[in-house]
Amino acid sequence: MAASETIGTSRTEARERAAEYLVGRHRFRLAEALPWLAAIGVYFIFPERMTFGSQVLVMVMFALSLDLILGYAGIVTLGHAAFFGMGAYTVGLAAARLGWSEPISGLFAAAIVAGLVGFITGWFLLRYRGLTLLMLTLATAIMLQETGNLRSDISGGYDGLPGLTFKPLLGVFEYDLYGHTYYLYVLAVLVVVFYIVRRIVYSPFGQALTGIRENVRRMHAIGSPVHGRLVTVYTIAAAIAGVAGALFTQTNAYVTLTVFDFDNSAKVMVMLILGGTGRLYGAFVGATVYMVLEDYFSKLSPTFWQFGIGLMLVLAVLFTPRGVLGVFESIGKYFSERKKL
Amino acid sequence: MSVALKVEGLNMAFGALPVTRDVTLTLERGARHALIGPNGAGKTTLVNLITGVLKPHSGSVILNGEDITAVSQAERARRGLARTFQINQLFRGLSVLENIGMSISERDGYANNLWRAVGTKRVILDEALDHLDSLRLVEDALKPVRELPYGRQRLVEIAIALAQKPRVLLLDEPAAGVPSSESHLILDAVAALDPDIAVLIIEHDMDVVFRFAREITVLVQGAVFTHGTPDEIMNNEQVKAVYLGQEGHRGGRHG
Repeated sequence: MAASETIGTSRTEARERAAEYLVGRHRFRLAEALPWLAAIGVYFIFPERMTFGSQVLVMVMFALSLDLILGYAGIVTLGHAAFFGMGAYTVGLAAARLGWSEPISGLFAAAIVAGLVGFITGWFLLRYRGLTLLMLTLATAIMLQETGNLRSDISGGYDGLPGLTFKPLLGVFEYDLYGHTYYLYVLAVLVVVFYIVRRIVYSPFGQALTGIRENVRRMHAIGSPVHGRLVTVYTIAAAIAGVAGALFTQTNAYVTLTVFDFDNSAKVMVMLILGGTGRLYGAFVGATVYMVLEDYFSKLSPTFWQFGIGLMLVLAVLFTPRGVLGVFESIGKYFSERKKL
Repeated sequence: MSVALKVEGLNMAFGALPVTRDVTLTLERGARHALIGPNGAGKTTLVNLITGVLKPHSGSVILNGEDITAVSQAERARRGLARTFQINQLFRGLSVLENIGMSISERDGYANNLWRAVGTKRVILDEALDHLDSLRLVEDALKPVRELPYGRQRLVEIAIALAQKPRVLLLDEPAAGVPSSESHLILDAVAALDPDIAVLIIEHDMDVVFRFAREITVLVQGAVFTHGTPDEIMNNEQVKAVYLGQEGHRGGRHG
């Protein structure tokens, strides 16, 4: 029947279509330029809000690292702040206690330390899934926080490490009061990190992570080293979260133990889900929307601003179960299907 | 070495309930071996023991002459042991093509690559299409698995296992749940399997079993009840009494 015809005549066509389908997924689309253009636009339009802008970009990076493990590999964690905190304290302690205040090498150090913690904890914890994993990751973050608290002589405890100073970027660009330099610095690091994450997500390894998320039993059955894959991606995500944490310390010039807070872990998850998981750009949309609204509500009502955030979340969960980007996708699909008719 | 898979004295119990009792089974290279038995006889448990999902309390599993009893599930798969599931275990959100590609890239280690873009490796693409061709799934290649009719999903289930290029293949009720209008698709696929692969098939449908198998093992309450050629089994009065006589077990029931 039709099937036997396809074998002979259109075999090459089928192959081309299949290749186009797979490659088309990770080809750079014009719409992908939008968030980056917006980020550059913000630099010129809101020059007085650059510190806030840097904080948004830091949270984008943090949410992006979570997307890698939650959105792609399906690892549910409530302790991602552990790695953010490790990165934040790596550069904080290096600057305050060791006098190592060169910013860029600090990022690498943060990535290594956070990645190492990710590797070690991941090795033990990623044998579990679901609620058990949720509790264990949460406990890990709390344990790290309490370790810091125990040695407050080193960490500065909940008073933190205030008044940190960092060397000029690349030895040239000074830190300015309005944070212009740091905004561009954070943006540049985000570009690099995003490129790496994007490559990983669209690689065969990234595909295997999706497989683990979709059906872990089958992955075992086809011979996938599931634990190894999960530990690998967990380590990478931890390193990226560490870089985000390091940038957080550098842009704020201080750090306290609150970076390890459960709040921080929960917030980044909310941001990601708000924007849309497993989509890369969900991190951009979610972190930006969340932080801008938080900023807006807190000015509107310094006492009740959390009500606004809460209401927004309820509405988001009710009406956009796949995140803000999911809504855009549905709209796009609707129009492309109408065109076909 | 002509023995592909050997199971020796396998025992397993869930709590106080013995589910596998001293099971011994041999699959020659290219075997077409059917495993039958009433619901609850422990057929799927046996598959889970052979593939390493479950660890036996005693006994051993030998694949191509190597003892794999202590080896992980994934490692067994990499050594040439593939299975299909009684209830579909597919990557439902991904396309048929990606489901097969996943299997190939795990088999050949491409999945260790974090940097190369998916779809740029022609070898994988070609092989995936070959597998789909042989099961007449090319037209569905780019559709998400969840949008396929159940019978076609069952074919994808088999295609993933075949893409592992196994030497031993365990088919756990491949036609279960497939409407009779589509079951010929599955039967054709099973009949067309590479004659070199040793196949163990669990099936309730006796027409399939007698058409396909050259050897049959009957499992009752976790133990091997009898073993023989299809003719011997068909004419075995005891088998008729415990199993074939019970008409209720025909058709795709989960056991």
